[in-house]
Amino acid sequence: MTNSLIHIFLALTMPPLLLGVIGKTKAAFAGRVGAPFLQPYYDLSRLLQKGTVFSTTTSWVFRAGPIVALATTAVAALLIPFGAHPSPISFDGDMILYAYLFALGRFFTMAAALDTGSSFEGMGSAREATYSCLAEPTLFFALITLSRLSGSLSLSPMLVNISLGVWLDTGAALLLLIGGMFIVLLVENCRIPFDDPNTHLELTMIHEVMVLDHSGPAFGIIQYAAALKLFVLGAFFVHLALPYATGNPLLDWGLFVISMLELAVVIGIVESVMARLRLIRIPQLLVAATILAAFSTLLVIR
Amino acid sequence: MYSALQSALDPALVALFSALVLGCAGIPGLFLRKPGTGQIISVTATLLAALAGVPAALQLLFSNTTTTYLLQWNLPFGPCELVIDPLSAFFLIPVFLVSAAGSLFAVGYWPAVEHPATERGLTFFYGLLASSMAILLTARNGVFFIMVWEIMALSAYFLLVTEHEREEVRRAGIVYLIATHIGTAALFVYFSLLAAQSGSFQLPAAGSLSALSPFAAIMVLAAFTGFGAKAGIMPFHTWLPSAHANAPSHVSALMSGVMLKMGLYGIFRTLTFFHDPPLLWGAVLTACGITSALLGIVFAVAQRDMKRLLACSSIENIGIITTGLGVALLGVSSHNNTLVYLGMAGALLHILNHSFFKPLLFLGSGVIIHASGTREMNLMGGLGKAMPRVAALFLVGTVAICGIPPLNGFISEFLLYLGFFKQLKGHSLTALVFLAPLLALVGGLAVVAFTKLYSSVFLGTPRSSAAAHPHEAGMTMLVPMAFFALLCLLIGIAPQQALRLVSPAITAWYPLLLSTSVAAEYETVLGRLSLAALLLLSAAVVVALLWRWRLGKMAVSSASTWGCGYQRGTARMQYNGTSFSELAVSVFDGIMRQRIERPGLTGLFPGGSRCSDRPTETLLERIITPLFAGTGMLFGFLHRLQHGLMHFYMLYIFATLFILMLWAN
Repeated sequence: MTNSLIHIFLALTMPPLLLGVIGKTKAAFAGRVGAPFLQPYYDLSRLLQKGTVFSTTTSWVFRAGPIVALATTAVAALLIPFGAHPSPISFDGDMILYAYLFALGRFFTMAAALDTGSSFEGMGSAREATYSCLAEPTLFFALITLSRLSGSLSLSPMLVNISLGVWLDTGAALLLLIGGMFIVLLVENCRIPFDDPNTHLELTMIHEVMVLDHSGPAFGIIQYAAALKLFVLGAFFVHLALPYATGNPLLDWGLFVISMLELAVVIGIVESVMARLRLIRIPQLLVAATILAAFSTLLVIR
Repeated sequence: MYSALQSALDPALVALFSALVLGCAGIPGLFLRKPGTGQIISVTATLLAALAGVPAALQLLFSNTTTTYLLQWNLPFGPCELVIDPLSAFFLIPVFLVSAAGSLFAVGYWPAVEHPATERGLTFFYGLLASSMAILLTARNGVFFIMVWEIMALSAYFLLVTEHEREEVRRAGIVYLIATHIGTAALFVYFSLLAAQSGSFQLPAAGSLSALSPFAAIMVLAAFTGFGAKAGIMPFHTWLPSAHANAPSHVSALMSGVMLKMGLYGIFRTLTFFHDPPLLWGAVLTACGITSALLGIVFAVAQRDMKRLLACSSIENIGIITTGLGVALLGVSSHNNTLVYLGMAGALLHILNHSFFKPLLFLGSGVIIHASGTREMNLMGGLGKAMPRVAALFLVGTVAICGIPPLNGFISEFLLYLGFFKQLKGHSLTALVFLAPLLALVGGLAVVAFTKLYSSVFLGTPRSSAAAHPHEAGMTMLVPMAFFALLCLLIGIAPQQALRLVSPAITAWYPLLLSTSVAAEYETVLGRLSLAALLLLSAAVVVALLWRWRLGKMAVSSASTWGCGYQRGTARMQYNGTSFSELAVSVFDGIMRQRIERPGLTGLFPGGSRCSDRPTETLLERIITPLFAGTGMLFGFLHRLQHGLMHFYMLYIFATLFILMLWAN
């Protein structure tokens, strides 16, 4: 029970901090002081205080976009285990629900973008649709590998199972998986080198251009949902890359928080040292990620 | 008295009687002079038949009994049995539901007053199609089966060419006719071999034939060709998009929602005849299924005609069902009950689901065509504001067909995924798990296709003057759509109940499997899934309420869409369907192409120009069309025999009979 409460508490409060850490890391690389760690929280509370402008072309679908995006990500957050602690909700096949929840959120985000009738937002959703559809098989290959390693059909045992011992046994498969999943993590969360949340030109954006017309609290919901998605997918990735566990519940929570912050720093570093890819390169890299994950599946299945 | 009443209320008799009523519903209209009365009579009769037929089918399904009737006929093909077992009863449910809903829809969509010339025939053949499908499910005599099959195929043809004054419709009709008769030819081979094998035209009992005999493979191949051509499984799918696109919408709903399933029923039924099928059969079905699913959805993404997109997605869904069946058959061959159960449950539930969301979408497309006067998605837009109810119902169908929670499409795919993943624990057939990423890709592409469909029709601003003044649909059109939307939601929220519906049919298909014991396990899993769906809905409500609360406190204003500084945006500058899917289709360049003819811009002040796009299937263009053209040339000499001189035709018949007589002696 306590663990479930901590799980929900962390899922509710921690996501924006990751964005703060990423920002700070990038600032450090650029030799700037950077915005404070808590800046994303200030941004969110400011957005919640603002008024809203709705485009006259939009219908209720536009308003449903942010709501569904946040609701789906929140439910997904309940399915994923944080650190060594199992998730509050867990049943056979929950990993399939986990994967498809994002599809639901994406459907409504894209529909909301297209509801504005803006060609820029249409451009963003066309890209989002293609890239996320190519990222889908990678996630499933990862799930297959993990399911095979743990002999389980549920996310919690699948991910908590990974330990140093498993790494020693099947290091090659896990290494390939980390490569594939890191690409998926960056694509799904619209980070450099696939998308730049801070670019100044609408033509080159993917996710940010889809939400151009949202304002005030709705935009706050979107920002928060995006942070939560990074957190949820990040928690998945952290299990693969940093599978530490001590056995002490409190210590494990601490370890989880630290690993998530480490991940944010790594993403910050990647964003600082890489340039954004040309859009036509992105599908190629996504297929490459799928093949990496497929290799890992082959290694564990043979 | 009581026993007489009881025998009159025998569910099997009720179901058969309802099937006959469906077929006769359109007959009074043929003789009534005043338009409209016939349509009302037909709708009333069809609705009553469905009201009686659906409970009867459910009762037959749950009572787990097999009822046999003997039809008295004087034809030399042995006794003609009509049998309803749980498998037939399961397929009867969509027949009754979809035909009744479509017939009610037709009152608003194809009113007799506006279409006096075509309405009578349409109503008559519609009833005949529905009735023949219901009777087909009970037929257990090979010859009777083919007769009913032909009535079904031909009434579908007459429905399809309702608007025969249009060249495109006639062409689609011819293509359909050829495809369906290639299928029927294969079925002739199949039923003759079956009769040769078992000694009578009576269909053999379950598990009575050996799958290892040399004839078995040919028989199953013929059955797969014949039934697959009707179902639209991948190498035999070419007729499907144009046929479904050109039929009136409620006919497309019936064809796509139910008639394709009759092909699948044939395959299901055929497989019950054999015991110990080899692994190869399951492997072929699975491979054809997943190919259909993947290519079907790639075709769908590239379409720009709304109904063609829906038709291509039917190929995808039939592919998913066939994959499930193939997996179940692999389970039978390898004696793996879990695989049989999950594959079969996924396939059967997807049959049911597809017969709910696809008619919903086809009926919706009928309303849209009514309102905007076009099927071209690139000319629509912004219809959601004028027809909010249709937009909301269509959204339910869209989400359901993408297979995303919390609606029914997700449930059947979930069961299939579970089947694939379960293989990881076993030692045989582990490679099946590679179907999971492929199915995920299919799901991802479905989201692209249906976001394209929904957004280019309902969202944004109207792209042409035709789409600018739509009107909300009438009640007779909204009620059937709302009914299907409700069913989609119900199965999505209470999937464990849907599984109960499917279990008896699985046992009927594979009697060795006591599905009750296996079913309990998956009912709990689906119970969890239903809780998760409710959690998702309540999470959405909570977020919505929180947002409403913030929105109420702050100023809300409206302005035009942010054009990134450009002030004179027009509706034509929006992303349309073609531009939305261009990137996704370009990834599958070798299979499917959106041929876009771009305007040539030269000079400083380019003049007027045009831009058009045409989705082209590489396979169809490179292989199938040249193949048919070649066959046409090869058989050109037969034209000489066909000269329209009646007495020569009679001479042919006489000569054939004479030769046959000599041969028989």
